[in-house]
Amino acid sequence: MATLEVEGLAKSFGGVRAVQGVSFTVQPGEMLALIGPNGAGKSTCFNMLNGQLRPDAGVVKLLGRPITGLAPRAVWRLGVGRTFQITATFGSMTVLENVQMALLSHQRRLGGLWRPVARMDAAPARALLERLGMAEQAARPCGILAYGDLKRVELAIALANAPKLLLMDEPTAGMAPQERVALMALTAAIARESGIAVLFTEHDMDVVFAHADRILVLDRGALIAEGAPAAVRADPRVREVYLGSGAVTGAH
Amino acid sequence: MENLVLQALSGLASASSLFLVASGLTVIFGVSRVVNFAHGSLYMLGAYLAWTLVTSLPRGHLGFWGGVLGAAVLVGLIGLVVEVLLLRRIYRAPELFQLLATFGVVLIVQDLALLTWGAQDLLGPRAPGLRGSTEILGLRFPLYELFLIGVGPVVLGLLWLLFHRTRWGTLVRAATQDREMVGALGVNQRMLFTSVFFLGSLLAGLGGALQLPRESVNLHMDLSIITEAFVVVVVGGLGSLSGAALAALLIGELHAFGILIVPKITLVLVFLVMAIVLVVRPHGLLGKPEAAARGGQGSAEPLVGPAPAALRWAALAAALLAVAVPPFLGDYGISVLTEMAIFVLFAASLHLIMGPGGMASFGHAAYFGLGAYGAALAAQWLGAPMLAGLAIAPVMAGIFGLVFGFFCVRLSGVYSAMLTLAFAQIAWSVAFQWVEVTGGDNGILGVWPDAWAAPKLVYYYLALGLCLGATLLLRRVIHAPFGYALRAQRDSSLRAEAIGIDAFRIRWLGFGLAAAAAGVAGGLFAYGKGSVFPTYMGIPRSVDALLMVLLGGVQTLSGPIVGALAFTGLQEQLVRLTDLWRLVLGCVIVALVLFFPQGLAGAARARWEASRGDA
Ligand SMILES: Nc1ncnc2c1ncn2[C@@H]1O[C@H](COP(=O)(O)OP(=O)(O)O)[C@@H](O)[C@H]1O
Ligand SMILES: [Mg+2]
Repeated sequence: MATLEVEGLAKSFGGVRAVQGVSFTVQPGEMLALIGPNGAGKSTCFNMLNGQLRPDAGVVKLLGRPITGLAPRAVWRLGVGRTFQITATFGSMTVLENVQMALLSHQRRLGGLWRPVARMDAAPARALLERLGMAEQAARPCGILAYGDLKRVELAIALANAPKLLLMDEPTAGMAPQERVALMALTAAIARESGIAVLFTEHDMDVVFAHADRILVLDRGALIAEGAPAAVRADPRVREVYLGSGAVTGAH
Repeated sequence: MENLVLQALSGLASASSLFLVASGLTVIFGVSRVVNFAHGSLYMLGAYLAWTLVTSLPRGHLGFWGGVLGAAVLVGLIGLVVEVLLLRRIYRAPELFQLLATFGVVLIVQDLALLTWGAQDLLGPRAPGLRGSTEILGLRFPLYELFLIGVGPVVLGLLWLLFHRTRWGTLVRAATQDREMVGALGVNQRMLFTSVFFLGSLLAGLGGALQLPRESVNLHMDLSIITEAFVVVVVGGLGSLSGAALAALLIGELHAFGILIVPKITLVLVFLVMAIVLVVRPHGLLGKPEAAARGGQGSAEPLVGPAPAALRWAALAAALLAVAVPPFLGDYGISVLTEMAIFVLFAASLHLIMGPGGMASFGHAAYFGLGAYGAALAAQWLGAPMLAGLAIAPVMAGIFGLVFGFFCVRLSGVYSAMLTLAFAQIAWSVAFQWVEVTGGDNGILGVWPDAWAAPKLVYYYLALGLCLGATLLLRRVIHAPFGYALRAQRDSSLRAEAIGIDAFRIRWLGFGLAAAAAGVAGGLFAYGKGSVFPTYMGIPRSVDALLMVLLGGVQTLSGPIVGALAFTGLQEQLVRLTDLWRLVLGCVIVALVLFFPQGLAGAARARWEASRGDA
């Protein structure tokens, strides 16, 4: 069964049709890239998938179960992890504590009034950070972290609830080119070994063509192409959108 | 029927006066985002200065109207000076810190006014040409009131022209909507802020000056008008001029007719209306939701870690002193220490809301008072022994904390703080006006400890034990997952919700917990004093709590503890040493805001960390 099924998703802001009639599926272990120029509606799609925005129309199904209109925290409990385009972490906590919060929430232990967090077992959180190459930063406050590192923390947080679906909105923005490729390679490895379905947006076409199993192309709220990287790269409409907007050249 | 018309007209006159003050407040907030507590002081200064000018200038039209306008301009200039000397330096500080600074100004102005004009009420002359009254539907109505009714709309019209027909006004409106944008356009923000302060202060001064023929000028004008003005501004929607006009109309008429319809609850009616408006419309009648300026992080909230060793030793030494010294003190010293212990817990409970919770409360005294009343009512009506009374206190306060908090924690920023104030005022007026049960103004007397705890020293140890225990418990909670979850939703509600945290629920429970802790303090205070009064939940006590937390520093729990000790000790000593304690306290507050923006404990910690970093 597909991990995520989306049918006829639509959202307007005032007169602006940000997303219209978007349908697709993501399979377990699959890396699906959602690309498109700025303002195409990618983030809006993400916000509808994890419950931050209520769609005007359409259905979102997780493992066959409709989750449209559920609150973000309910969607998270069903096994959806997400990273934000503009990172959102807890600035007054260390990197380790940020990950611990997600783990504690996953174990439903956030009501605890007595045992200090500092004395709880931090090994699982450390293991996650280790995996993402963030072990050395564990004790640093998130408030002073470099942007690229914050993106890694976000990924660690998103992986903390052993998700079935990972939503990553521009996960490599603010990173150096080599870092980007490395991070997405790591993500792909984790996704394959744990059977996590990954939907991600990305501006760097090198990253997209290197790691996506399949690509969706969004333009002005509508899907204009879908398919394997090679096919999408050759699609004249995609080339037109990108060349027209001047964002990325076909040479990528 | 005729009576109703007159009542409506006098309601309009009050609305007009209210609008003058509220419009200044809302314009200032809109541009600078400063919650200006000193606005009421400017209003009072307007009245005093007008009295001086009008009584010293030659009589007649020129003397009177010249005096009124002269007073307004003078107050505008005073506001300008306050902006340049104080507020300009703290625009980047947290909202509550600016509030603290302006509260320091309130205290300073109070004593300066006392020094200049004396304590007695001053009566001004009537307005020339508007002395008499006119007949409306066969009843007499004062001409001056009629004149005031006209002033409101005229000022509204002038402001509208100013804001829509001048370049300056366009800039002000743009800044109200989006501060960053105006900065980006290269506009001289300093000039804009200063001129807005001048205008807002001038309006406050005009409002005060125009009261001269209506009522006596006295030293209580500042606080009585500021609450009303805040209610109007918040009900109308922060920063909205037409909202302020609408709300002034609503509140003015409510006053006028409230007395006729429900004389028993006049005190609370205004706050009841504010509570209802805010519950239904979280941004006031015509306000807009604020653009979320704060990003996910970057807010420089510090980590919560184990206390540094030096601090642990200091705390241990203080605790030892608190246990060892009192047997050698007299009764007076022991009661001062008892109060200090109680206020430490009170401040610590507010800190839970303000620090980790990231919410503001202007009405925390409600829960202190509810605890006190819970204990006293149980003693009075059920003959409950002291320990039962002390157990009921947090339950009573906690339950009301959950009920009131259910509405307050849904709102944000100033709106949320004002709703806590409204609920506190409602609780206060119930205690004040439900005489049969609460004894009203006379309070409940004879709430004494059981025989075993009657000696002052024994009661002190009881209070110390309970307050210290409860404060340590709060500290424990802050370090536990629940406290982390509170901070999580404060740091980034977006991320908190995205990892399954129900931000509302956490805030709500945190609010209830803080209320219960304040209730313990209130219960202990009731038995310590042997009586309870409505003033226990009055605005001044809420402000005291705010001062303690902000003085000490909101960032760590040591802040409110230091703040409570410093504040209680300072006030106690100042009141004994000098009549001008408000002036001194006000200056101390202003100095602290300017030089120790992290509070006393925050500054000490920063210095200590710096010295360690050098070593
Ligand atoms: N909260 C919102 N209110 C109004 N318009 C919005 C909002 N969020 C997004 N939009 C608009 O929707 C369109 C899609 O935006 P977005 O989903 O952020 O695009 P992308 O992530 O692909 O760059 C844009 O035109 C944007 O201006
Ligand atoms: Mg986007």
